[in-house]
Amino acid sequence: MANKSISHGADSRLEIESTFKDRLSYLGRLLWRDRTGVVGILIFTTVVIAAVFAEFLTPYKPLDQDLYASKMPPMWEEEGSPEHPLGTDNLGRDMMARIFYGARVSLGVSFFGAIIAAILGVVLGAVAAYVGGRWDEIIMAPVNLVLSLPYLLFVVFIASVLGSSLLNVILIFGVTNSPIFARVTRGEVLKIRESAYVESAISAGARWWRVLLFHVMPNLVGPLVTLISFQISAMIFYEAGLGFIGLSVPPTVPSWGNMLSEGRRYISSYPWLTTMPGLAIMYTSLGMNLLGDWLRDVSDPRTRRSGR
Amino acid sequence: MRAQPLLRVNDLKKHFYIPTGLFGQETIEVKAVDGVSFDLNAGETLGLVGESGCGKSTTGRTVLKLYRPTSGNVFFDEKDITSIPGEELNKLRTRIQMVFQDPYASLNPRHTVKTIVSEPLVIHGLMKGAELDERVKELMELVGLNPSYMKRFPHEFSGGQRQRIMIARALSVNPDFVVCDEPISALDVSIQAQVVNLLQNLQERLGVAYLFIAHDLSMVKHISHRIAVMYLGKIVELAGRHEIFDNPLHPYTQSLTSAVPIPSPKMERKRQRIILKGEPPSPANPPKGCVFHPRCPIARDICKTEVPQIAEVQPGHFAACHFAGTPIQDT
Amino acid sequence: MASILKVKNLVTKFHTVDGVVNAVNDVSFLLEDGETLAIVGESGSGKSVSMMSIMGLLPMPPAKVEGGQALFNSKDGPVDLIQLPYEAMSDIRGGQIGFVFQDPGTSLNPILTIGKQISETLIRHLGISGREAKDKTVSLLAEVGIPDPTLRFDAFPFQLSGGMRQRVMIAIAVACAPRIVIADEPTTALDVTIQAQIVNLFKELRVKMGVSTIWITHDLGLVAGLADRVLVMYAGQILESAQVDELYENPKHPYTIGLLGALPRLDTQESKRLVSIDGTPPDSTILIHHCPFAWRCAHAFERCWNEKPALTTVGEKHTVACFYAMEEGR
Repeated sequence: MANKSISHGADSRLEIESTFKDRLSYLGRLLWRDRTGVVGILIFTTVVIAAVFAEFLTPYKPLDQDLYASKMPPMWEEEGSPEHPLGTDNLGRDMMARIFYGARVSLGVSFFGAIIAAILGVVLGAVAAYVGGRWDEIIMAPVNLVLSLPYLLFVVFIASVLGSSLLNVILIFGVTNSPIFARVTRGEVLKIRESAYVESAISAGARWWRVLLFHVMPNLVGPLVTLISFQISAMIFYEAGLGFIGLSVPPTVPSWGNMLSEGRRYISSYPWLTTMPGLAIMYTSLGMNLLGDWLRDVSDPRTRRSGR
Repeated sequence: MRAQPLLRVNDLKKHFYIPTGLFGQETIEVKAVDGVSFDLNAGETLGLVGESGCGKSTTGRTVLKLYRPTSGNVFFDEKDITSIPGEELNKLRTRIQMVFQDPYASLNPRHTVKTIVSEPLVIHGLMKGAELDERVKELMELVGLNPSYMKRFPHEFSGGQRQRIMIARALSVNPDFVVCDEPISALDVSIQAQVVNLLQNLQERLGVAYLFIAHDLSMVKHISHRIAVMYLGKIVELAGRHEIFDNPLHPYTQSLTSAVPIPSPKMERKRQRIILKGEPPSPANPPKGCVFHPRCPIARDICKTEVPQIAEVQPGHFAACHFAGTPIQDT
Repeated sequence: MASILKVKNLVTKFHTVDGVVNAVNDVSFLLEDGETLAIVGESGSGKSVSMMSIMGLLPMPPAKVEGGQALFNSKDGPVDLIQLPYEAMSDIRGGQIGFVFQDPGTSLNPILTIGKQISETLIRHLGISGREAKDKTVSLLAEVGIPDPTLRFDAFPFQLSGGMRQRVMIAIAVACAPRIVIADEPTTALDVTIQAQIVNLFKELRVKMGVSTIWITHDLGLVAGLADRVLVMYAGQILESAQVDELYENPKHPYTIGLLGALPRLDTQESKRLVSIDGTPPDSTILIHHCPFAWRCAHAFERCWNEKPALTTVGEKHTVACFYAMEEGR
């Protein structure tokens, strides 16, 4: 027997056993290579920290009024003071505290909204793709209908019917965003089902549920995580939009949308009342977009290695 | 050799129906596989060659019942796998495995080598825990991979190594029969030889039978015991590997064998090539009569109307041609 | 014989995020007038990249031709293709040097008729009128063996089969009577019987037009019946170069010997195992200062790991870059 061909080839590429440290440094290089991803992660982390540790980061409560110190400009302006770094609003509430606490609403609504949308959409899309035929049509018809509606108008309509509460907003975002997840999931599942490795699993004797669980689902994670991060970014916008027209959380809750809405009246005389929450929205949304881009590249092991 | 062949394929047909027209109200019937019959003995390699679109891959997949056959039978160990219930078929899948063409697409990019190689064992609940680990190591050594790579992902390997992973996976359940669908055509020449040698060594050691599907005639001749030549959904000739090259009876086989390059400039200069005119017709619209007649240098009137049946022209040498064995004058 | 193209010390690198890929490392060769030269190598050997570098067809960045000359004996006297400005280069490309690529499906414009694509080349390089160009296109189509050329003039690429599209590519390549045709794996995507047709067409055109051809391929079998001379490339370098008969009968480099042994032979009845070369080609991001084949070579000794062998003449028009072959030859 020609044993030579069975021996381990002198393989210059795989000669070195990779250790945990190697992998860590590899991840580091990966991050460094895509510096925008690092920026995205940094932005996202700062927003999460601001939201979670708001109590510790600022001595003020978002609803504490101090009429003596109302309409104070940010500290870098002439009349500003370091006590209220981002100034105060018309009722003397600390802007920084309101933005930090407001991040809770923005992140909470968009995060839970996106999760609900993802769960609903993945189930619908997977069933449509997997069962196919009649069920595909029954599921995808309303999905496509919703996707063809002007989104903001649709959301405004539902929100005005249901009334404003935190739970309502989350549910509205969850339901109205599920169609995009359904469509993406359906497309991905159909693609994965056609792949050679699924064919290979079937030829090895795998049943449908095994194919779904071990082959389809893991390959869905990448595209879904990416979509979720983009959707979170979009929902931060839409939540602010709803807040601006008074259809998001009740006006007593500090949210970026509500702040914009309240500050609108003073936009010419006290511009920081609108620019500060506006900047917060822009900052967070930028971070999520950068993160999403990075996740799209990283989540695919094929593009991860070579970048070619 | 056993009295009964391991695999007996009898008049297998696979027709695809493709909806056309604005609302898909009409269908085109594509006869991808149109009445294919062959036997395969235990431990034997049957090469299946033909040009792209001739139905060789579809044949392989239909034999495995990855596609539901339109008609015909596939007997594996005397059981007709076209009609047995799903449960029983799944049990049989431990004895029938497949190696795919593209080693980049056929391995799930999110699974480690260990998961990939052990999947058939896990699916059939044959092993777990330490025993499974041992088996994966053993398999990786068998195909010439370092077992310490088993926690790695497919993208960390070269094409030839991936094909080894695929082979280890197929062999994990000790199959009697493996369909190899163009297993080397995506690989570089020096790597092709590695994989072909590996397949041959494994056959010697384990007694596995291969259906080796490829378009590279010289490689098929090298690895196979017998060769079947397909053209437009049909087997046009089937014979022993030397017989088919030394004494091709079908004009298509004659032209194929004359077109294969020989790595020797002296031989090449002496050779007479039979260069076919035109290109294979679409299987959606096959010619009447003998499917080869529009390109055939020796076609006569009968070929345009009557379909030649495959017949044993010489012992063990089958051909489907009205004028089998007629030499082609240089054109 | 006069040389028509003289490539000297060509070096091409790709600057990628994973590091610098050393695609072509100091490649020199000659193309003689009327000769068919085959450049043989596996994927990543630099065979395509070296030709693309010469013709300025690489995307830059990431690619960069870092050194070397390519002296082309053009109709207006010798020029260095590497130094040539863009305008002058595009006059030569498609005019004096024609190309045939591997995949005729993607190298033809899908939204233009094939007649239009060929006649545009003619108008661009020969400066003839539209009517003349049309007549010439039809005769070219006939020449490359396309049936009903007047009818096919108005066909779109998708209406043609792979073999027919490759014929169209060849028609474009030879349209302006070039001095050199570079064919990059022109038959790899085609079936055996169609491959035979295309190879035959190339041989006919060569007799008819006397054009020099560089044929880039991985298929040593194909080259045997086609080329006058063969270069074997590996890891961005030329390892061996010889006249075709000499290379097949008297290969010197262990890599060439291995490649030939890896091919199954139709001309023998024996069923030996194929000779396989263990391992895989080296990582091209590492700059290698010794023999690039040493890892996979059964004959490698100390010197092979310390120095890089240079191409050395071992016979008439036969050079090899291998210390083992040189020792043996002594």
